[in-house]
Amino acid sequence: MKITPSKIISLLFFIFSGFYLYTAYQIQVFAFDEGAAFNARTFPIYLGFAGLFFSGLFVILPETNPSSVDLKVLDYKKTLGLVILMILYGITILKAGFFLSTSIFLVGSYIILGERNWMWIFILSFPFVAIFMYLLHGLLNIYLRDPFLKYIGIMG
Amino acid sequence: MIEGILIGLQTALSLKNLMMVMIGCFSGTIIGMLPGLGPMTAIALMIPITYGFEPSTGLILMAGVYYGAVFGGSTSSILINAPGVPGTVATSFDGYPMAQQGKAGKALAIAAYSSFAGGTISAIFLLIAAPSLSLVSLSFRSPDYFGLMILGLTAVAAFSSKGNFLKAMMMVVLGLMLASVGQDSLSDITRFTFNNMNLSDGISFVLVVMATFAMSEALTIIFKANDPTKAAKAVSLSQLGSIKLDKVETKKMLATIPRSSVLGFIIGVLPGAGATIASFLAYGMERNFVSDEERQKFGKGSVNGIAAPETANNAACSGSFVPLLTLGIPGSGTTAVMLGALLGFGIQPGPRLYQTNPEIFWSVIMSMYIGMVVLLILNLPLIPYIARVLATPRTFLIPLILFFSLTGVYLMSFNNFDIYMMIGIAVTATVLRLYDFPMPPLILAFVLGGLMEVNLRRSLLISDGSWAFLWDRPLTLCIMLAVVGIIGWQIYKSFSKK
Repeated sequence: MKITPSKIISLLFFIFSGFYLYTAYQIQVFAFDEGAAFNARTFPIYLGFAGLFFSGLFVILPETNPSSVDLKVLDYKKTLGLVILMILYGITILKAGFFLSTSIFLVGSYIILGERNWMWIFILSFPFVAIFMYLLHGLLNIYLRDPFLKYIGIMG
Repeated sequence: MIEGILIGLQTALSLKNLMMVMIGCFSGTIIGMLPGLGPMTAIALMIPITYGFEPSTGLILMAGVYYGAVFGGSTSSILINAPGVPGTVATSFDGYPMAQQGKAGKALAIAAYSSFAGGTISAIFLLIAAPSLSLVSLSFRSPDYFGLMILGLTAVAAFSSKGNFLKAMMMVVLGLMLASVGQDSLSDITRFTFNNMNLSDGISFVLVVMATFAMSEALTIIFKANDPTKAAKAVSLSQLGSIKLDKVETKKMLATIPRSSVLGFIIGVLPGAGATIASFLAYGMERNFVSDEERQKFGKGSVNGIAAPETANNAACSGSFVPLLTLGIPGSGTTAVMLGALLGFGIQPGPRLYQTNPEIFWSVIMSMYIGMVVLLILNLPLIPYIARVLATPRTFLIPLILFFSLTGVYLMSFNNFDIYMMIGIAVTATVLRLYDFPMPPLILAFVLGGLMEVNLRRSLLISDGSWAFLWDRPLTLCIMLAVVGIIGWQIYKSFSKK
């Protein structure tokens, strides 16, 4: 049996299904529901078994249509850069506010992807986010808490 | 029915809703045109916006986006041979060769007229079929619904699996597992939350759709180092030639459109099949219908070769609304996204929608006609300008998609935990996509998870814990036989390949 990345993913899913099934059995149900034909843990238990069944079958059976991916051509650097930038965005959005964190996120992602046209980088970040925020406030009445804009006195 | 049509027209023709159809068609065309970004991404990006509107307005906007995205997909198929959506792959077989002959405008016009005709004819079918089917489906019981959901999931898994049914079934189970997180709908017992308050309400539908489609597609483009705009730079997007058709071409289209519409609508109604299969089947059928002389032109810029798949894929889009509106069970990934959005509005589509919310039921159907007209009169003349979107550098395109995805989810909850969860799901989805684990079955399962559990609960309680409910009623038995048939066919296909 050839170990392919799809099989490794399926094996991980098998382990995940096992964990899911174990957790499903731990779900606390009301005492009067314990022997009922259906309670809060019934459906998850079936799902756990289904997950084990399909992933187990995939791991055991030979792969008829294996996916071919050339790992050498994948751009790990840029993808990882974007993912880290998004996590940083999640960390800063509540503290720095929507305007500043979003604008910096956009500038950062343009640069990570190799853009060097600074005029467009600027237009499609700070002014773009400002217009977007105006549309949210003005048209959709969605209030965005923004400590930075509050600090400089633009927002109440 | 006349009263319903009038209600629908009144709602759909209000200034706000007309604007929404136009915005939907326009933005759908732009997003659908970008290779790799299909109708599901387009609709996913629109969901957060729709929550600010009334349900009918929101649904009209999404329907417009759906049609626009399919039309946009055809444009990129014809102009740069890079189909924006799988449903328009067949269009590129003859559309691109015609464009290379300097008749891109003509190819686009054939695609637009065929889409319009296919969409309109199938919308008439929908108008007739949906109310009748709604009445029939009132007699459906919980076991039937449970069976139909299993059928829908199995069919979508079978059609989207690209020859690997087990991978698709794993995605179905994963979708159902994600849907089980949070409070149990009946007992309010929390499940799989691991004492994290952020999970007690379950995982947001918008989050899952945005993560698995919009964000994951953007990350996949970067990860695979694809540049969807590269092909666009090699062609002139402003010099597309005349969009006028001569008599012979019109005559050829008139013959193709009716048969492709019927085929597309029927395929669209079937769970899981959708626009892609409809367009390929219509292309194949058309090759068999035309004369030997015309058949020789297929693959070299045939009018019939463009008209057939374009008519069928738009007809299938309307057809896919039938199970959604009448049974409340989506037959495709795209309509699953719409179902999720409707549930977000607090509306349960199904046989009773026709009676309880007629304005939504009819306005969606009516807005389909209007959407088609908008596509024809607004988008077609504007194509030389809209097509320039294809040349947008990915260095700007990808960050903007990520921005709309992150913002869309953040605006729903104002909670950065959702951003982290979204990133986690998107990264997982990107890796899964790389190895051909399909995402539409996951979304469909995620949307149907709650409904499936409710119907299984009712069925098991009624039958006192016995699984005999699966074959007690003839209707349920037929549905389950269809499920067994699909699974059997998939197993046969796997073994026959060896």
